[in-house]
Amino acid sequence: MSARNRELLALVPVAVVVAAGFAAVFIVKDNEVSDVSLIYAGYFLGLCLAAHIFLRIRLPYADPYLFPLCALLAAVGLVVIYRIDDKLAFDQASVFVLGLILFCLTILFLRDYHVLERYRYLIATAGILLLMAPYITRNPVNGAYLSVDIGPIAFQPAELAKICIVIFLASYLAENREMLSVAARRFMGLTIPPLKHFGPLLVVWGAAMLMLVFIKDLGSSLMFFGAFLALLYVATGRFSYVLIGLVIFFVGAYAIGSSITHVHDRFEIWLDPFGRNAPEGAGQVQQSLFAQADGGLFGQGLGESLLKLPGPFAPNCEQPFPDCGSILPAPHTDFIFAVVTMELGLFGACGLILIYALIAARGFKTAVMAPDGFSKLLATGLTAVFALQAFVIIGGVTKVIPLTGVTLPFVSFGGSSIVANMILLALLLLISDRARRPPSEPIANDPIDLAGLPA
Amino acid sequence: MNTPIIRVYALVLVLFALLVYFTSKWAVFDADALKDRTENRRPLIEEQQVPRGSITSSDGVLIAESNPQGGGRHPVYVRNYPQGSLFGNPVGYNFVDAGRTEIEQSENDLLAGEQNEFASIIDQLASNPQEGADITLTLDAAAQQLATEQLQSAIASTPGASGFGGSVVAIEPSSGAVKVMASVPGYDPNDVNQPGVLKELNRDEAAPLVNRPTQSTYEPGSTMKVVTAAAALDSGQFQPDTQLSGETGLEIDGVPLENAGGETFGEIDMDFALTHSVNTYFAQVGEKLGTETMFEYMGRFGFFKDPELDFPDDRMAPSGVYDGDTLLSAGDAIDIGRVAIGQERLLTTPIQMAEVAATIANDGKLMKPTFLQSAKDPDGRTISELDPDEQSDVVSEETANQVTDMMTHVTEEGTAAGLTVGGIAFAGKTGTAEIDVENGINRPWFIGFAPADDPQIAVAVMLERCQGCFGGEVAGPIATQVMESLIN
Repeated sequence: MSARNRELLALVPVAVVVAAGFAAVFIVKDNEVSDVSLIYAGYFLGLCLAAHIFLRIRLPYADPYLFPLCALLAAVGLVVIYRIDDKLAFDQASVFVLGLILFCLTILFLRDYHVLERYRYLIATAGILLLMAPYITRNPVNGAYLSVDIGPIAFQPAELAKICIVIFLASYLAENREMLSVAARRFMGLTIPPLKHFGPLLVVWGAAMLMLVFIKDLGSSLMFFGAFLALLYVATGRFSYVLIGLVIFFVGAYAIGSSITHVHDRFEIWLDPFGRNAPEGAGQVQQSLFAQADGGLFGQGLGESLLKLPGPFAPNCEQPFPDCGSILPAPHTDFIFAVVTMELGLFGACGLILIYALIAARGFKTAVMAPDGFSKLLATGLTAVFALQAFVIIGGVTKVIPLTGVTLPFVSFGGSSIVANMILLALLLLISDRARRPPSEPIANDPIDLAGLPA
Repeated sequence: MNTPIIRVYALVLVLFALLVYFTSKWAVFDADALKDRTENRRPLIEEQQVPRGSITSSDGVLIAESNPQGGGRHPVYVRNYPQGSLFGNPVGYNFVDAGRTEIEQSENDLLAGEQNEFASIIDQLASNPQEGADITLTLDAAAQQLATEQLQSAIASTPGASGFGGSVVAIEPSSGAVKVMASVPGYDPNDVNQPGVLKELNRDEAAPLVNRPTQSTYEPGSTMKVVTAAAALDSGQFQPDTQLSGETGLEIDGVPLENAGGETFGEIDMDFALTHSVNTYFAQVGEKLGTETMFEYMGRFGFFKDPELDFPDDRMAPSGVYDGDTLLSAGDAIDIGRVAIGQERLLTTPIQMAEVAATIANDGKLMKPTFLQSAKDPDGRTISELDPDEQSDVVSEETANQVTDMMTHVTEEGTAAGLTVGGIAFAGKTGTAEIDVENGINRPWFIGFAPADDPQIAVAVMLERCQGCFGGEVAGPIATQVMESLIN
């Protein structure tokens, strides 16, 4: 069977999840959701099919499972969001249109993604500017600088910035990996690279620390720095670099974390969310754990659990549910994993984690099959940053690490997250198509690929 | 570069395994502890969303209902008690802030519709919302009303009783069904939902929240002689006509014991002794039986442990011989002669004495007391029904009949002469525990059952205090009226 036929077949479970999920929610909440809302499911599946046909034409050799797995995540996310609020599900399905457009544009215009290497400093600058944007526009959410308001849309630039920074790192390391790995000295059993090459490493560390200082978000900096270490390790094969990197990251994070109230509070809450003097915001983590406790092995069932505070318990506020009046804060964004656990149980939650593990497997497989250093590093970096993002938010919700406000990729409600991850997926599929293409099949001449850049 | 890539993947898998571990910790292993945390309002809110079942008396009077309040499509249900203070005890209350007590607590699983995992999965598949079962109690609202009013008026009109409490318990001997459980003073459970009221009731020195029939222990006085007589006859050591001295001032455990009013008798039999409540006779019986035998029979009657009633443990107290808060056992130094006449450090709950009467009435078999007549699920199916259950074989049928005869003589010619239950023969025993001899403060009791030949109802009536009065004249009339109202 050809790759694309396998992909089409793998979309069947996606259709089943969406259909069954919407039907279940519709039956349970029949007096609350409109009949029209069932169309959102069809709307979403139509978009999946369109993306598949596009891939069939443009990237016939790309990995057949990456797209269906991501679509499966999106399907779970859409069902859960539909359960939270049917109007939000419409918005989410609509965001997929925008995501799909950018997905297609990325594939069309980056036929040869090696062109990215030429613009790496420009891309890096763009990435850092994106990261700094919320700080520049002074727009803190829960004490962290994570989003920019563009008109009515809250845009989270960190989502796009992660791609920019991975592209830069992959390209930089692909060029300098020989220097970094060979010209090294040994000191106390550790391999220390020459200072000249060590410099950029320190720069990235400094950038991660600055992120902590400016955007005040431990999770995001952990995600970026973790992806960087993964790339550094893959590029040089030297575990000692990772060790040094981790040590200086945690030393720096500790030093900065203890002096920045917001980060310090998150840390305190993580240590003991039920402490008598737990900082304000501990309630969020408490509610997350209480919601998961209600899940048990099989969950309470879609739409069956307590989310919207009933009658007299509902607070008086202007914002509509779920921004206000939900017992679990931010059930559609930061804490969507807790909703999954509560309604689908430990099995549902593990299923979701399994999908991420499978996506990581396909991503790293793409990296292994990729023909050249830049492709390998880019695929590794994109996959690592994607997996780490899932780890950082699920870890925060389940109290593995301090809670930070990043989205659960493809599942959380939110435009920038969906759009950015669609672009990330497009890049992975581009690398995969190149890696799996039989040598006899030339790459179609692309209008953008005029420069004919060397790999 | 491929080996490091695979290692990075392995690391990602380790991180994900950590997520699985922590998720299972919260969702399964630590779930119960999290649900029990005081910060967790989920169980409470969820419970309020379930329409709680109603509570009805056996004669069809609505005692408790749940009414939807606020929230449109997501209302919460709030408890209403149409009978006000009549059933404050023993039904209790169920509110978000005040909590849940008494029958509302002991029958909570039925009222809240808690089901086993399997049934709730089927309900989920059928998309039936969780709903509580409606329950019918064995309590009779008319008799409860009569008992409460009689108690209140007796307390108001008897010297020395005012400001103190009283208790009436009526049990159907053949089934253990509790028909009346009145505790005075009472409280209106509807008020408990008002801020501050519960605190006020808790501070009230008259203790209106205490369910006296099951929770408070009192000196039983001469009503205890029924237990002693039953033990004496059933052990085979005594017959109704066994002769002993009824002289006042006999030494019991080295201390002279007086008969009530200093009355003195010659050689008398047990029938006469019970009819006229002769202390010295029964004290000698107690001494002859010994602590072991007395405690053996008291245990069979239900002493030394909480009543086997479907009621919260923290609302029941065991009857027995107390040293402070400690229950003594047969091996301890006890003046058993005085225990046999309801003195020493013997303390009993009113329900225990009602169980004593009910046991004699039911041919010597004690049935487990119960409040639950039946429960119907929201579809009208009966999911639970009173199934009489024997608690213990206390004495033989012969002994029970002999004691019944003697108790009948009490109401015909003894300390309770002059009381009537609709003109039919009935059995009874008075009790007048002296709790403050100097000031003449007594604790009047009456236990009994009717009709004597085919008992339908057994009662125990107790007033906490009165001045210079006797059980027969204060507690007796309440008991006979309650019995009369409950006889078909």
